[in-house]
Amino acid sequence: MTGYLIRRVLGAAVVMLVLSALIYGLFYLAPSDPALLTCGKGCTPERLADVRVAMGVDDPVPAQYAHFLEGLVAGRDYPAGADVRHCPAPCLGYSFETDQPVTALLLDRFPVSFSLALGAEVLSLVIGIGAGMLAGLKRFRLVDRLVNGLILAGYATPVFLVGLLLLLLFCVHLQWLPFPQYVPFTTDPLLWAQNLLLPWTSLAAIQAAVYARLTRAGIQETLAEDHIRTARAYGVPERRILWRRALRGAMLPLITVTAIDVAGIMTSAVLTETMFGLPGVGQLLVGAVRQIDLPVVVGVMLLTGLIIVVANAAADLLYAAADPRVQIR
Amino acid sequence: MTLLQVEDLHIHFGDVHAVDGLSFSLEAGGSLGIVGESGSGKSATALALLGLQSASLSSGRIDFDGTDLLRDPDWRGIRGAQIAMVFQEPLTALNPFQTIGAQIAEVYRLHTGASRRAARERAVEVLGQVHIPDPARRAAAYPHQFSGGMRQRALIAMAIACRPRLIVADEPTTALDVTVQAQILDLLDEVRESTGAALLLISHDLGVVAGSTDAVAVMRHGRAVESGPTAEVLVHPRSDYTKALLDAVPRPRPPRDLGERRPLLRLDGVRKEFPQPRRGALRKPSPVVAVDGVTLEVAAGETLGIVGESGTGKTTLARMMVGLVPLTAGRITFDGTDIARRRTHSSIQMVFQDPLSSLNPRRTVGESIADPLRLQGIRDPRPRVTALLSRVGLAASAYDRYPHQLSGGMRQRVGIARALAPSPRLIVCDEPVSSLDVTTQAQVLTLIEDLREELGFALIFVSHDLAVLRQIADRIAVMKDGRVVELGPTAQVYDTPTHPYTKELLAAVPVTDPAEARRLRILRRKESPARAT
Repeated sequence: MTGYLIRRVLGAAVVMLVLSALIYGLFYLAPSDPALLTCGKGCTPERLADVRVAMGVDDPVPAQYAHFLEGLVAGRDYPAGADVRHCPAPCLGYSFETDQPVTALLLDRFPVSFSLALGAEVLSLVIGIGAGMLAGLKRFRLVDRLVNGLILAGYATPVFLVGLLLLLLFCVHLQWLPFPQYVPFTTDPLLWAQNLLLPWTSLAAIQAAVYARLTRAGIQETLAEDHIRTARAYGVPERRILWRRALRGAMLPLITVTAIDVAGIMTSAVLTETMFGLPGVGQLLVGAVRQIDLPVVVGVMLLTGLIIVVANAAADLLYAAADPRVQIR
Repeated sequence: MTLLQVEDLHIHFGDVHAVDGLSFSLEAGGSLGIVGESGSGKSATALALLGLQSASLSSGRIDFDGTDLLRDPDWRGIRGAQIAMVFQEPLTALNPFQTIGAQIAEVYRLHTGASRRAARERAVEVLGQVHIPDPARRAAAYPHQFSGGMRQRALIAMAIACRPRLIVADEPTTALDVTVQAQILDLLDEVRESTGAALLLISHDLGVVAGSTDAVAVMRHGRAVESGPTAEVLVHPRSDYTKALLDAVPRPRPPRDLGERRPLLRLDGVRKEFPQPRRGALRKPSPVVAVDGVTLEVAAGETLGIVGESGTGKTTLARMMVGLVPLTAGRITFDGTDIARRRTHSSIQMVFQDPLSSLNPRRTVGESIADPLRLQGIRDPRPRVTALLSRVGLAASAYDRYPHQLSGGMRQRVGIARALAPSPRLIVCDEPVSSLDVTTQAQVLTLIEDLREELGFALIFVSHDLAVLRQIADRIAVMKDGRVVELGPTAQVYDTPTHPYTKELLAAVPVTDPAEARRLRILRRKESPARAT
C-alpha cells in the first residue's frame, strides 16, 4: 500500500513535469511576443528590452523553463525598474496584466470553482442515482420510460441553454433567487448555497443524466447476477437485495466516473462561470486568453492537469476500497 | 414419509415447453438424482421448487410437506429455511462484496432471528462442518480468496446453516476438478447422513448420481423417461434413452497394435515460466512455473493422453507442442527438426476446448476451415472444405453458416475439420469434448477414433477426464504441478498405478455402477478423511 502510494506520487510528479514542459514550450514558442504585447503601443526598442528583462523572456526558452521550475520550488523575483516584484514559492509565474503572482490569482479563484464543482456533483449524484434506481427496478414501466426520456434530453441539452432558462425563470420572472453572486462559504454558508443553486442545477441537469443511465444499467446488470439468485433462494427480502447488493454493484462504475467528472466540471467550467458571472478559474482563463496573459494561461493549465491526476488517483484508491476483489500493489 | 411430491409438472417459457408432465417423489431424508442432458428441463425443475422462475408459466402440483409450492406459498419461510439450494457456479453464486462468514450469518439471522454473535458462531460452526480448515479465520475471507472446491463447500455450509429438510443441488460439481468433485459429493453424502436432510441431486453425469442417490429419474425433453431405485435403473435400464446414455459413457478399448515405433514428436526438458506482476516496489517475484521439465516422445500414429487437473500445465504444454507458446527452456523436435525453427506448422494442428470462442464469429465456418488451405496456396478450397465437412458428419450447406448457428457438437466437428484441412501428421486436442453432453461427447470421440484409423495421424489428447482417455489413448501421461508424474501404456496406468496422485485421480473418477461408486467412496474416506482443497 505504502509502496503503491509512493509510486503513484512519483508517477504523478513525472506526469506534471512533462505536462509543464509541453505547455511551457507550446506557449512560449508561439509566434506572439509576450513582451511586445505588454509593452503596448508606441513601444521603443529600448523599452521593449527592459520589459523583456522584467518578464524574464530575454533568455532562451529552455533557460526560461529552468527558471520557471526553480521558481516553483524557491520562489522568484522579477525586476521592475527600481522595484522588485516578488513571487513566493510555489511561483507559477507572474501576471503582468494584473500585476499579481499567478499562484495568488489561482488560490483566489480556486474556492469558487471548487464550490461549483462539489455542489453540482453532489446534486447530480443524488438526482442521478435516485432516477436510475427508479428506472432500474423496472417495477414502474412509466417511470422507466420517463427517466429514459429525461436522460436523453439531458444528454442533448447544452449547459448554457439550461443555465439561461433557469436564470430567466428564477431570477427575472419569478424573482425567487438573486442573480448569482459568489459569497464565500466561510462568510455565510446559506448565502453561498443560495447563490450557487442555479449554477449547480444547470450543471447537474446534464450530469445527472449520465449517472442515471449508469445506475440504471448497473442495477439491472447486478440483479441478473447469480449471487442475487442465491440471495433470493435463501429468502433474503427483495428490499434488502436491492439496497445491500444491487446498489453496491451498481455504484462501482460510478466511483471512477464521479472522480473524473469533478475534475471535468472544474476544468470545463468556463461556460458556467462566465454565464453566471462567477469569479472562478474558468473565468480567469477566459480573461487571460483574451489579454494574452500567458503566465496565467500556463498556470490554469497546470492546475487543471494536477486536478485530473489527483482525481484519477483518488478514483483508483476508492475503487480498491469499495471492491474487495481489486488489490492495490 | 413423503417430503416432496411433484405431480404432472409443466413449465413453459414462452413457446418452449421446458418441463412436460414430470412426476416424482422424495422421502424425508432420502436422496433422488435427476439426470439429463442440457435442455432436458432438469434445472428448470430445480428452480421451480424455490419459485425462482419469474418468466415462466407453471402448472401441476409440487407438494412439499403439505404446502403446494406452485400456489405462491410464504416463500420467506421456505427458501433457505426448509429448502436450501446449492448452485452450479460457486464463484458467481456468492456475493463478491461480502465475506463468506457474513453471507452465511445473514441467512441464518434472517430465518432464526438470532443475534449477530450467535449467527457468526453458527457460520463458523457450519464452515467447520464442511471441513473448511481454520473456519473461524476463513469466515472473514471473501469468495475470490477461496478455491473452487472451497467455495462449493461454503455454499453447502450456507445450505445447512438453517437445518433445512431438503437440499437441492443443481450440478454442484460441474465446474470442479475430478478429485474435488469426489470430495464435494462425499461431503453432500456426509451432510445428508449427519443432518437428516433429503437430497435432490441434479446432474448431467450418470457417474455423479450413481454413488450419491437411492433413486434416480432420467429426464429427456422435459419428461422422466425412466425412474426407480438407482441400483435398478443404472444396472438394468429399461428405457432406450437410459441405455443410450449408459452406452455413451466412455469405456476401455483393447490396446491397438501400432507396429514399429517411429518417433515423431520429441520433448526434451521442456519448461515454461510465466513472469508474475511486481508486487512490492523493488522485489521481483519469482515466476510461475507452468511446465517443469517435461521429457516425452510421441510415435507416429500413436495416441498419447495427457491427464491432469486444472492448473497442472497440460494446456500450456499442448500449446507449446504446436508452437503457440514459446518455450522458456528445453527443446521440442518434430520429425527431427526443432519446431521453433520450422516455417510452417501445417503438419501439426490443434483442436481447441471451446469451439465457439476458437472460431471467428464473423466468418462462416467454411471460410474458417478454408484458411489453412489458402495458406498452403490452394486457390479454390471450397470442394476440399465440402469434402472435409461431410467427412466430419456435417452437411455441405454448413459451409455458409456462422458458428453461433451450430450446436456445440457441430461446432466441435468444425474445429476437427479445420485441424484436418492441411493433412497434418499430428493433431493436438485440448479438452475437445469437455464442454459437450455425454451422448454428443461419445459421437465426437467415435469420430476422432475413426479419423485416426483412416488417416493414421498421431494424436495428443489432453483431458481432465480419465474415462475418456481410457477409451482413446494408447499411452497416458499424468501431470501434476507442471511435471509428468507417471507415463505408461493405458492399461498399465489404470490397472497398476504407481504414483499416489494417479491413484487419487482414479479413485475419484465417477463410475456409473452404484455398488462400485459406494465402494470407491468408502475407499476415499479411509484414505483421506475430510480433506478440503
